[in-house]
Amino acid sequence: MKALKQEPLDLIVTGVGGQGNVLASQVLGRALLAAGYQVTVGETYGLSQRGGPVMSMVRVTKEKVMGPTIPAHSAAALVSLEPLEALRVLGTYGHPGVVVLTNDRPLLPLNVIAGTDRYPDLAELKQALSENCAKLYWLPATETALNLGNPILANVIMLGALAAAGLLPIGAAEIEAALGAIFPESKMGVNRRALAKGAELAAAA
Amino acid sequence: MADLTKLTPGQRTLLQGNEAIARGALEAGISLAAAYPGNPSSEILESLADSAAAAGIYVEWSANEKVALEAAAGASFAGLRAMASMKQNGVNVCQDFICNLTISGTKGGIVLVTADDPGSISSTNEQDARFIAKLAELPLLEPSTPAECLAMMRFAFELSEQIGNLVVLRSISRLSHTRAGVTPGALPASRPQPYWDPKVAWHTLPTVLRHKAMLAKLAKAGEIMSAAGFNAYSGPERPELLVIASASSALYADEARDRLGVAERVGLLKLGCTWPLDEALLLRHLAATEQILFAEEVDPFIEDNVKALYAQHAPELGVKRFFGAATGHTPPVGEMSPDVLAEALGKILGREPATVDAAYLERVAQRVAALVPPREFGFCPGCPHRASFWSMKQVLAADGRDGLVSGDIGCYSLAMLPTGFQRANAVHCMGSGPGVAGGLGQLRSQGFDQPVITTVGDSTFFHAALPAIINARWNQSDFVLVVLDNSATAMTGFQPHPGTGQTATGRPGSQLDPQTVLTALGVPCSVVDPYDLEATQQALYDAVQAGGGVRALILRRVCALVQNKRGGHPYTVSVDPDKCRGENCGCHRFCSRVFRCPGLAFDEAAGKATIDPVVCVGCGVCTQICPAGAIQAEPRKEAAA
Repeated sequence: MKALKQEPLDLIVTGVGGQGNVLASQVLGRALLAAGYQVTVGETYGLSQRGGPVMSMVRVTKEKVMGPTIPAHSAAALVSLEPLEALRVLGTYGHPGVVVLTNDRPLLPLNVIAGTDRYPDLAELKQALSENCAKLYWLPATETALNLGNPILANVIMLGALAAAGLLPIGAAEIEAALGAIFPESKMGVNRRALAKGAELAAAA
Repeated sequence: MADLTKLTPGQRTLLQGNEAIARGALEAGISLAAAYPGNPSSEILESLADSAAAAGIYVEWSANEKVALEAAAGASFAGLRAMASMKQNGVNVCQDFICNLTISGTKGGIVLVTADDPGSISSTNEQDARFIAKLAELPLLEPSTPAECLAMMRFAFELSEQIGNLVVLRSISRLSHTRAGVTPGALPASRPQPYWDPKVAWHTLPTVLRHKAMLAKLAKAGEIMSAAGFNAYSGPERPELLVIASASSALYADEARDRLGVAERVGLLKLGCTWPLDEALLLRHLAATEQILFAEEVDPFIEDNVKALYAQHAPELGVKRFFGAATGHTPPVGEMSPDVLAEALGKILGREPATVDAAYLERVAQRVAALVPPREFGFCPGCPHRASFWSMKQVLAADGRDGLVSGDIGCYSLAMLPTGFQRANAVHCMGSGPGVAGGLGQLRSQGFDQPVITTVGDSTFFHAALPAIINARWNQSDFVLVVLDNSATAMTGFQPHPGTGQTATGRPGSQLDPQTVLTALGVPCSVVDPYDLEATQQALYDAVQAGGGVRALILRRVCALVQNKRGGHPYTVSVDPDKCRGENCGCHRFCSRVFRCPGLAFDEAAGKATIDPVVCVGCGVCTQICPAGAIQAEPRKEAAA
């Protein structure tokens, strides 16, 4: 069992209902548990399937059992499947040392579609994120997922990027094994490609 | 969910709190489990349903929570172990039965699991269901972790059998929906043969004598619980401050103590058994400190009961200072967090929690305020409820008499928001829609002439709406009942219900059709597809104008998410930019501003409406609302029939 960069190692996976956020955090949890760590994965979903924001908190320690909620401004890394949600969550859980990995594809809130609110300019959003974190990975995960055949693969692509970013005490192989425990082998080919694409995107970022 | 009998005993695995509750019940040897779905409790019965065949047990989704608990009691009287699980609201639905069952007593171990929802993450209220334990004088267990969920469920069935009464285990959203390492134990090799000796009767007479016996059971439960090891103390022998906490709050308190660096000054008494209280344990710890802080969710349940205990022993304990909800150190509403407790500890002990650079906080807060709009809840793309409420809005506007919609519980509760055109004028609890409408519909003699519609989903129809509909039919109340029949308990994850004819374990059941039920009750009833806006609006308008007693319209169209899984919707939708009037349409972007489907978007640069192909599912309803006929639906090539 590798040493943790900090204890607890607190990670947030966020996005919008229906993006596969809960699955992503569950895979992370399984992989870390299999590697011998204590893991607590707190999931928030309620109305979230109806387009609301969703957040999972993954807390990793060697021994101590943690509660399911990360204290404000103390996440080590923030993985977001939607760029606006990245900044929303950064506001509560960010600090100068946080690493942010976000999908660059907006999912417009209904109130934006309706014209009552504006979705921020993407360049401005990207700048707000990069100015307030240690490193920003701004990744075309949905676009890459569409090229692989299904937009839902964005979550696995982001996991591939997270593993490659060197923040976890585990690597892509452990994440792949955790995916293999959930998906049938027939679906593992495309999941492996998604993980590898995520690593490529992170390396290029 | 998955078959939990496949877990390997002794091998640590990642389990959700709800799965750990289910596994604990399996290890305890339950023979029957029943529930009505409701977040955050639903995965408990889903896991048991997926394990039922391998475990050889009976598992059902019941029509409502009261029926579920009654079914479990039946099994208990026959000597079997059984359980019912529900969200906090469900405890209200069973309350009458609980308050009688506790007097009659039980035989086989029986456990009621309530999964409460502090912060109302997926509920219409955040009520603290722990009070049922005090009201009905039942033992109450509050696990902190998934591992403890499993251990406490095993214990709860033993305890129930030892005292001959129901035991309550209370989870919360943050535990039910938390995954952590759990080490399963062994499954039982066999379960008892059910038998109810007809010479034995379970009832409440003579009530006062049995009430007395019930209190003796509770006292015995207290003794057994105090030896169970679920209450634990950590900290110095004589702490400057004692935190008394339960559930997730105990973990938050521990973390807050570490973060403030006050572990040598603060004691933590974590209570897993919260009714009856372990009085000897509490008195010992109260004697060792001068200051006490309570950490629990949501109401001051432990706080008030410990204070009552203290009052009884104040002469020997001397003066103490209590902090908690009563003093504003913990919030009286919403969820607890490590931050709330760090602040409370800091305030009491004069310590500032370490914070991030103030300039950073200010900068990031400013960026969030400037750039991040809220994310409004909405019906899914293709949701038939959007179409249904669109029609209600149009019909009531055309009627012009300030018509009202009495709403109910389900996805369609969201009709109170812009996504449903704010066309739900009242939403409370399961079945209250037709109940409230029934009262309004009797006010004609008082000069009330506003039309009244009530909406109930198909699952809600069977759960609690029927008595209100029968009452309205009997007393001739004047309203239109709209059954939003999407053939699913969609809000909670597509569990089957009486109208689907499927059962929890996939075994076919008898399908009950709301139309047949309504017709049998003498309620005139027609069925329309809500995607057909014109037909729906005509039928609804006619029903509203008809007057007289209760009349019904069933708007039947399968849930869009279910349709997505069945091969998808029939169309590829697009906007003809030459026809689209853009900003000038319907006083400014009619489709995206007013109809508000997430599949629609507005291209600011082009000044035209557009379709988001990643979001649009292809239901085609928006083609009917575009005044310019600019939204087009082409049959999708691979569309399912």
